[in-house]
Amino acid sequence: MAIMTVISRKPLSFVLPSMGLLGALFGILMGMSMGNAGLGIMIGAAVSVGLSYVTILSAAKEKMMRWSLFFLSLISGYYAFGPAGMIAGGLWGWFYGWFVFWLFEGRYRARLHSYLTSGQVLWHFTFRLICGAVFAYLIMPIIVVMPLSFNAQNYFTFTPEMLQFDPAGYSLKHYMDFFYNNEWQRSFKNSLIIAPIATVISVTLGTLAAIGLSQSHVPFKRLITALLISPMIVPLIISATGMFFFYATVGNFLENSLGIDKNLVGYVKVILAHSVLGIPFVIITVTATLVGFDNSLTRASANMGAGPVKTFFKVQMPLIMPGVVAGGLFAFITSFDEVVVIMFVGSSKQKTLPWQMFIGLKEQISPTILAVATILVCMSIALLVTLELLRRRSERLRGLSPS
Amino acid sequence: MSVNPITAPLLAADGTPLKKSLGRALRRQKIRALMLIAPLLLFVFVAFVMPIVSMLFRSVENDIVANTLPQTVLELKSWNAELGELPPEIVYAAIASDIKIAAKAKKHTKVGLRLNYEQSGASSLFKKTARQVKKWDLDADAPFKEKLIKVHKSWGQIEIWQTLKVHSSNYTSGYFLNAIDMRKTVSGPEFQPEEKQVLILLFKRTLIMSLIIMGACIFLGYPVAWLLANLPARQSNLLMILVLLPFWTSLLVRTSAWKVMLQQQGVINDLLVQIGLVADSARLVMINNETGTIVAMTHILLPFMILPMYSVMQTIPPTYLRAAKSLGATNWTAFWRVYFPQTVPGIGAGSILVFILAIGYYITPEIVGGSKGVFISNRIAYSILKSLNWGLGAALASILLFAVLILYWTYDKIVGIDNVKLGG
Amino acid sequence: MLSRKTILATAALSLVAGSAFAGGHMSSEMTIVSWGGAYSKSQLKAYHEPYSAITGVTILNDESSGTATAKLRAMNEANNITWDVVDVEAGPAMQLCDEGLAMVIDPDTMLARAPNDVSAADDFGDMLVSECFIPQIVYSTTFGYRTDLVGSTAPTSVCDVFDIAAYPGKRSLFSYPINNMEWALLCDGVAKADIYDVLETSDGQDRAFAKLDTIRDHVIWVDAGSTTPQLLADGEVIMGATYNGRLFALIEEQKQPVAMIWDGQVMDLDGWIIPAGLSPERQARALDYIMFATDTTRLADQSKWIPYGPARKSSAPLVGKHAELGIDMAPHMPTNPVNLERAFLMNYSFWADYRDDFDAKFQAWLAK
Repeated sequence: MAIMTVISRKPLSFVLPSMGLLGALFGILMGMSMGNAGLGIMIGAAVSVGLSYVTILSAAKEKMMRWSLFFLSLISGYYAFGPAGMIAGGLWGWFYGWFVFWLFEGRYRARLHSYLTSGQVLWHFTFRLICGAVFAYLIMPIIVVMPLSFNAQNYFTFTPEMLQFDPAGYSLKHYMDFFYNNEWQRSFKNSLIIAPIATVISVTLGTLAAIGLSQSHVPFKRLITALLISPMIVPLIISATGMFFFYATVGNFLENSLGIDKNLVGYVKVILAHSVLGIPFVIITVTATLVGFDNSLTRASANMGAGPVKTFFKVQMPLIMPGVVAGGLFAFITSFDEVVVIMFVGSSKQKTLPWQMFIGLKEQISPTILAVATILVCMSIALLVTLELLRRRSERLRGLSPS
Repeated sequence: MSVNPITAPLLAADGTPLKKSLGRALRRQKIRALMLIAPLLLFVFVAFVMPIVSMLFRSVENDIVANTLPQTVLELKSWNAELGELPPEIVYAAIASDIKIAAKAKKHTKVGLRLNYEQSGASSLFKKTARQVKKWDLDADAPFKEKLIKVHKSWGQIEIWQTLKVHSSNYTSGYFLNAIDMRKTVSGPEFQPEEKQVLILLFKRTLIMSLIIMGACIFLGYPVAWLLANLPARQSNLLMILVLLPFWTSLLVRTSAWKVMLQQQGVINDLLVQIGLVADSARLVMINNETGTIVAMTHILLPFMILPMYSVMQTIPPTYLRAAKSLGATNWTAFWRVYFPQTVPGIGAGSILVFILAIGYYITPEIVGGSKGVFISNRIAYSILKSLNWGLGAALASILLFAVLILYWTYDKIVGIDNVKLGG
Repeated sequence: MLSRKTILATAALSLVAGSAFAGGHMSSEMTIVSWGGAYSKSQLKAYHEPYSAITGVTILNDESSGTATAKLRAMNEANNITWDVVDVEAGPAMQLCDEGLAMVIDPDTMLARAPNDVSAADDFGDMLVSECFIPQIVYSTTFGYRTDLVGSTAPTSVCDVFDIAAYPGKRSLFSYPINNMEWALLCDGVAKADIYDVLETSDGQDRAFAKLDTIRDHVIWVDAGSTTPQLLADGEVIMGATYNGRLFALIEEQKQPVAMIWDGQVMDLDGWIIPAGLSPERQARALDYIMFATDTTRLADQSKWIPYGPARKSSAPLVGKHAELGIDMAPHMPTNPVNLERAFLMNYSFWADYRDDFDAKFQAWLAK
């Protein structure tokens, strides 16, 4: 964003007390870990005021001052708490140096409207801080899992060695366990068999139905849509118990009346159950893309002599493709992540990754789960990127300028 | 020759009246649309609706008593259960005969198990009795009253007869009554003894915790949605990834992550102990209770709140706020009277969605909920898988489903199901 | 002429019958349901691997024992049994038998005789608690405690769990009524022999709950056998109830500062059932497996992997050392005479009657 306000230096009477406050906050934390919060506040405030005063005095050499603050903090962190303290100290020093100049030079106002009162400016940054905290809440647990998956111990906690960045505290053994343990590999393979097939079924049927639903005159449209979306709304435990009884009968029919192999039947049951659960997502995303679909395109296509099938594949399909793919991804992740229904419907031959993880969480607590979690998070990041690229492509195709 | 445009029908190219032709085209269009929908509709109906309906049917099904003890049920019809007198000999003879037949088919224990849900001890009563009755001669050994009472003293007490009579119908409201901490007795529905009342408490807890989770989601989601809607597109797309990443991450991964964070030896406690906010001996208990469930579920459901709010806020022009302010409104008034009312649809959509998803949750409470943070879903699973009281499980599920469907209907009225958006 | 025909027919019939049980018409694949984890491993080593080696049968493991009764019932309703042999505890086995979901076993013809030619029925003795149940092991649910966190006098009695003054700190208990009700009454001064009679009365139930009330704020409730060992290892509880095999692993394999209380431990049985309604080939295979896996040597073999007492009397002298740790296993067995002295035997028929009732009450009590 462009600079909206001409900035000017702020008086020391504003900067020094603010820095004192920051120092006091830091002092509370440090003081409390030493067992004396009051002393911590006072020392923190005093040191911070002194430091920032010195910094501001030589404000002309901003770069040098910021570097020296960084190294000062880095080194004292190392002496106080070892390697972990060094990193924390470095970060703190960098932030502190940036913050002093941000306040003193009045940079915080640069991107705000010049007519805002100082109260409004304060609120603006408090609000950002609150939002930052919520984002931290959203993302923190996922980030914390990653380093723990390299734990050399069989626990879910950070060991002292890990905090010291001692290589002995880290290992790949949980990843080894995932890649070499038959149970994990079998369940991973099962997931890779079940989820794609279920996805194909839900995407095929779902896309057809969504096209049908988006026609202008559909009797009972509301009711039908409600019915097709219900698998997403009905609590999983109810779907699962219903299917639990039902699929036992289906299995019997497939095996005894149609003579299908027992193992295959097991997979068929799970795949059918999962494709039902994936359908609402396909319906929702494909319908959403069809809303913006210009029907004159199909008419133009028909006008030029294309049959309905050709029109579908050459005109409609490329345009609704992003919706179909997004729906497919949702359906895939639904099946790939599903644990309740499969526990009721499947047998251990069809044990999938989430099921194995669930057993791990309930039964023998092993950090292999965290290794798997890390792998899955990486997979979802890849999926997210795919989706974002698709979105951009769709916007390009429709001639919209990228927002 | 002039054609009167009002009386003479307009003709289509092939000579049929236009109205008819249009009607036919419309019909064809409808049929084509239905043909496209039909395969899926059929699939969902067979593979989803039917299983659930047939499962829910178990909540009223109760033919086991009447099927296994037909003579007894018939004879008991003329016995007045409320007088406090034991039934006449003919009933005893009927049950002896019924049990003898049932024992041969090995069905007596099933009746025992069924009645044991209503009266403890029925299971062993039927087992013990069948063992003796097998040896009896139904013609020679009459009368049976004394004999049966000698086999088991329960036959001489009125309770078992009342239970039998009350639960002899083919369809019963008994499971539904049990699901709301009541029971069926000879004198109509009654509350369970206080020490057995737990299900209403669980329903209430599910409701209250879902409300808290919904509230927390509104509270945390609102500022974030506002920020996303008001930042320039490049920055907001980047931040959107932070919202979508948890949304896309496996549920079990997130739940296990919360286990890592919240347990007593976990990250948060370690951090608090390290900075001295909490003593090492007094680490906070944040998991295996309500706190764990609320924290983890709010995290899991938060994206479902942010996304609808975001899509509503995006449509609100920022000029409205500025106009309000330039007309003299304070910041708060401008927000509260101008901006907030326009975001209510977004809040409503997100809230119902979060609430619907929350009251049916099973996995997360199961892992982080302990004994006090579990939901009614966990009880349904317990009834079906562990205590094997399928009727009760189905009744609980029916009530839960009913609540969800009402919410779903409300959602449809307010938002419209075709307006559900996923991931922007 | 006629008699010759009959003889021929009989001969043919007996040939068919003979071959059906000689391996020709047995299915070559079977699904065995068990608990998973270390327990399944012990069965794999002691039973499945040798059986597969001899017969060439493929054995599939299904870790569904926790929900076996529900699933068997649903399979039976649908008339589609996919399991061949199922590992369950004695209580559920009795219920399965009552519901007609498990096959009745004749110990004389279907189980192996002991080496000293004692009949299987006598060798198993009292362990044959149900006509469908083939016992495998005896396990107990007991308390482990942190040796470094309980002060100078280590707890020796189950009632020390209820003594908050002498042993301050958290304890973990299963969140089910079974076992807890018995312990509460036992420590409230009821004689072992009278416990179930007292528990049948509403006064007795109040008494048990009142006793549990005294420690309620000091209890972490768990619902899986793995949780207590984890809590003990983390030092989150100073004592906790779990299966003796889990405690053994914690003490001997993971070398944690934990010890066990062999007092008032509740003994229970675990074993096999064969689902009713299998096809003749599968049933023959299941019976063949059972005959093999529950003989004297195999039962003793399992105890090399996990400290659960073999259910046959004749197996007891064969219990040796742990296959990997080399520890003498006999002292760790719940069936070891020293450990048995103060044990407590679960009353199955009582719990069959009162489980639902107590369960509701216990859940209500927990939720308050």
